[in-house]
Amino acid sequence: MEYFLQQLINGLTLGSIYGLIAIGYTMVYGIIGMINFAHGDIFMVGSFIALATFLALVALGISALPLILFITLLVSMLFTSAWGWTVERLAYRPLRGSFRLAPLITAIGMSIVLQNFVQITQGARVKPLPPQIQGGVTLMEGVTENGTIAVQLSYMQMIIIATTLALMIGFSLLISKTSLGRSQRACEQDQKMAALLGVNVDRTISLTFVMGAALAAVAGFMFLLLYGVIDFYIGFLAGVKAFTAAVLGGIGSLPGAMLGGLLIGLIEVFWSGYFSVEYKDVAAFSILVIVLIFMPSGLLGKPEVEKV
Amino acid sequence: METAMKTPPAHTWDDNAVLSVEHLTMRFGGLVAVNDLSFNVGRGDITALIGPNGAGKTTVFNCVTGFYKPTEGRIVMRHGTGLQSEKIEALTRTGRQFNDDGDDRVFLLERMPDFEISKRAKVARTFQNIRLFGGMTALENLLVAQHNPLMLASSMTIGGILNLPSYRKARAEAIDFAAYWLEKTGLIHRADDPAADLPYGDQRRLEIARAMCTRPQLLCLDEPAAGLNPRESTELNQLLQYIRKDHGTSILLIEHDMGVVMEISDHVVVLDYGEKISDGDPDHVKNDPKVISAYLGVDEDEVAEVEEALDMPVIHGKTDPAENGEGGRS
Amino acid sequence: MNAAPNSGLMAESVKDAAVAALLAAVLGFFFFALRTDIGTGGLDLTYRWGLWFIAIAIVFGVRLLLNLFIFKAKKPITSGVSVSVPPALTTAVGRVIGPVLLMIALTLPFIVMAVYPERDRQFIDLAILIMTYVMLGWGLNIVVGLAGLLDLGYVAFYAVGAYSFALLAQYFDIGFWMALPLAGLLAAMWGIILGYPVLRLRGDYLAIVTLAFGEIIRVVLLNWYEFTGGPDGISGIPKPSFFGLDFSRTGGFADFFGLDYDSIHRFIYLYYIILVLALITNFVTLRLRKLPIGRAWEALREDEIACRSLGINTTNTKLTAFSIGAMFGGFAGSFFATRQGFISPESFTFLESAIILAIVVLGGLGSQIGVVIASVVMIGGIEILRNLGFLKEIFGPDFEPTQYRMLIFGLAMVLIMVWKPRGIISSRNPSAVYKERKKIGSDMVAQGEGH
Repeated sequence: MEYFLQQLINGLTLGSIYGLIAIGYTMVYGIIGMINFAHGDIFMVGSFIALATFLALVALGISALPLILFITLLVSMLFTSAWGWTVERLAYRPLRGSFRLAPLITAIGMSIVLQNFVQITQGARVKPLPPQIQGGVTLMEGVTENGTIAVQLSYMQMIIIATTLALMIGFSLLISKTSLGRSQRACEQDQKMAALLGVNVDRTISLTFVMGAALAAVAGFMFLLLYGVIDFYIGFLAGVKAFTAAVLGGIGSLPGAMLGGLLIGLIEVFWSGYFSVEYKDVAAFSILVIVLIFMPSGLLGKPEVEKV
Repeated sequence: METAMKTPPAHTWDDNAVLSVEHLTMRFGGLVAVNDLSFNVGRGDITALIGPNGAGKTTVFNCVTGFYKPTEGRIVMRHGTGLQSEKIEALTRTGRQFNDDGDDRVFLLERMPDFEISKRAKVARTFQNIRLFGGMTALENLLVAQHNPLMLASSMTIGGILNLPSYRKARAEAIDFAAYWLEKTGLIHRADDPAADLPYGDQRRLEIARAMCTRPQLLCLDEPAAGLNPRESTELNQLLQYIRKDHGTSILLIEHDMGVVMEISDHVVVLDYGEKISDGDPDHVKNDPKVISAYLGVDEDEVAEVEEALDMPVIHGKTDPAENGEGGRS
Repeated sequence: MNAAPNSGLMAESVKDAAVAALLAAVLGFFFFALRTDIGTGGLDLTYRWGLWFIAIAIVFGVRLLLNLFIFKAKKPITSGVSVSVPPALTTAVGRVIGPVLLMIALTLPFIVMAVYPERDRQFIDLAILIMTYVMLGWGLNIVVGLAGLLDLGYVAFYAVGAYSFALLAQYFDIGFWMALPLAGLLAAMWGIILGYPVLRLRGDYLAIVTLAFGEIIRVVLLNWYEFTGGPDGISGIPKPSFFGLDFSRTGGFADFFGLDYDSIHRFIYLYYIILVLALITNFVTLRLRKLPIGRAWEALREDEIACRSLGINTTNTKLTAFSIGAMFGGFAGSFFATRQGFISPESFTFLESAIILAIVVLGGLGSQIGVVIASVVMIGGIEILRNLGFLKEIFGPDFEPTQYRMLIFGLAMVLIMVWKPRGIISSRNPSAVYKERKKIGSDMVAQGEGH
């Protein structure tokens, strides 16, 4: 029971990170109907920016940890957004309205470019960062035959879950209440009509990429703090998992992305905890396949009625 | 008024029906698109299914051709003449899709997957928004329609790879058959052009030619005259008459163009809000007050006045009453 | 008079280049100017302001030049480059290019030995590599190009083929020629097993599920240590024999034909094996295209619903495309295993699927020649980077051109796609002709799953 609870907490933490990345996939898919394969690498870029910012702030002699964390978060969101914007501008905008495999290929190309760019400029070796936020609260303790087992909720996990929740709420409000959100939803329905009605389609799509990248940066920073190790290759697997999460939740749906992210996180953690660590990815992907076979539009996606 | 109220005389389509739709109901969630609809399509007839927009005509088509599974009801397709009621009842009890009865088979379409309906039950269709294979030539489109016989002739591809003479012969025949229909639809000079390159009217005819290449016993046309000019519309009439007469193919069509409907149909079924409101020959339907009120959106009492004022239904082309009725419906 | 628009152009170009440079400064700050490295007490931060400024200057300069001469220029200099070719000439070239390429491919080892005797082994090896990708591209072209099914996990079948042969050889001592058809069959079988449940999914769902399958197979190969050797892979995979003759120093191929032993013989032999395998793939594909099954694939790509209305069983049609594509992937996989003599899961990552898909799309979906051109350009072009040793003299001894391979590969993917979104060769050849064969422009042809 204690073990279960502990895994639940760990799963939710990991799932939050996947969910944050998945939102980027789902928003982009919703608005221009493409798989932004480079999004996982934007997440990786975000974590590198966060790492460098963190180290630079420490080197500048700032000692208040909360301040450092806060500035790092802002800086990485800002700079990663610039990356997201540029990728869209260079690789996707010229192909808008073209046939649908073209942007998929440029996205894969961009993913390769980003990985190798970071590898060349920052080196191929892993970057370890010692844990910055330690401690936590013990929720309960239980006794098993192997000794006592404590259910811990670390401060780190609290920060991750709280930040994710706050961002989720913020973004839901943004999409449902602001004119930007309205433009986004209009572009999702019909780009031409939206343009005719005065929506700046280019700007709306750019902002979608910027928002996705900002969230990916948050996820990258959290990942860095949680695991303490990053390298140029983390984007691929995290990206695939997050995309899986977006599809699982029903692509195009924001709450679906979050739900999918949490589910993938939970599946992975529980599978590792109870069965085998090696096959955790297989478990996540198998669940995806099974869900898609029985619910082709995902958990929260709108069912597609076949128009004849 | 009084003549319309009388029970209609027995019709050939009730004695020799190629298709019988019986108590068909189709629900989408809470929405009832088609409600307890029954009608017959007579063998060798041209039957028109009409009704205001949103009446459920295309839904009926999609149920008949297997693209939707009906919520309730039975759809019977007969290859042999007569009603064959006992055979159908027996088949219904077995849970099978069709019986093995040589050329006189009966099919329960609601049990069959869409491609089997075309392949076995020999029901072909066209689509409201044309669905041609745009990047393939007109000829290729018609060859795709002969997929199943050609597949057999190529011994499931093996004989085709070896280029056996039997396959070469079947292929030449398939091209001849395609050329025949291209000739009939006046498209032979465009045989090697991609379908997407053809003008709209030609695309409509090509779609009909493609459906005919499946050698159907029943041809379902979803608004074949939509978007055609009067001359093309007349040509279409001639084509449909020819198909019916020379190939013995029964035709079921959805149409808004009253000119086309009244001129060529033997039998008209009128739908409104998913229910049948009239069923009979064109004259019967034309004078049925329910039909007029459904189309014009007025009470039945007022119909007489309106009818006089409009001198309907004689209008041809874009200004037909169906189009006028759209505003109130959509 | 002339000065005014020119100065306007200049000002505009400089402004635009300045914006680009600013963007480069922002993007590059954390990657050029700062670098993190593992130091003694954890991570060290080093500053590289010089590199940062150089990067900004390069972006400014390149953008300015592009603006002045191409983007904003009234008469871009590229307009002189793209000479308008008369259509008659292109069709003539199109007719000739296939046989010419075939002739080159058939005689390539001897051309190489005559022209570059000192580096023949390396070049033939490169030709083998390119030919392997041509074959994979042709195999995937059936699935993506003809049937319009987006498969991001094609490498799974490549892996199945490679491991089938390696394991058959290891456990049952079966040779290459016996194992080749078995590997193809096994891959096709896997194609059906994986394809059956998922082929009713549309477009991007299919893409992600195939990607997931590719990853699942790789992870299983990686972790099933007892059976597959896990990350250590399988080594000692036998080489193919020539009608029972090995390419050994004594008593083999060379002795039998009275030749002096030379290890190049085996390379040439391998080259011809993959050439023949690829040509078979091509022949079968071209044949299938003209058969009902191939036409049904293309019809499926154009409009699935119309296909069903014409009595085509779309599930079976998709499955045949998927499994035939998988089969050719399996053949290529067992060739890969025998050529390398060693395989491990590392060779079957998603990147491999992405490269094969890129070759198909860059070449032009459904175009066989396009696949060849794209393979030569992408794979051959990248390998050339290995041979740019002279750059070391310019950039100093630390400069390692090979590490830029994948960076340039990715950039090339993006640039070619932006330049030609439909691929290098994008017209379609009709599969049946009534009177006159006409090419079909790419704007007519659907790309599948677009409804």
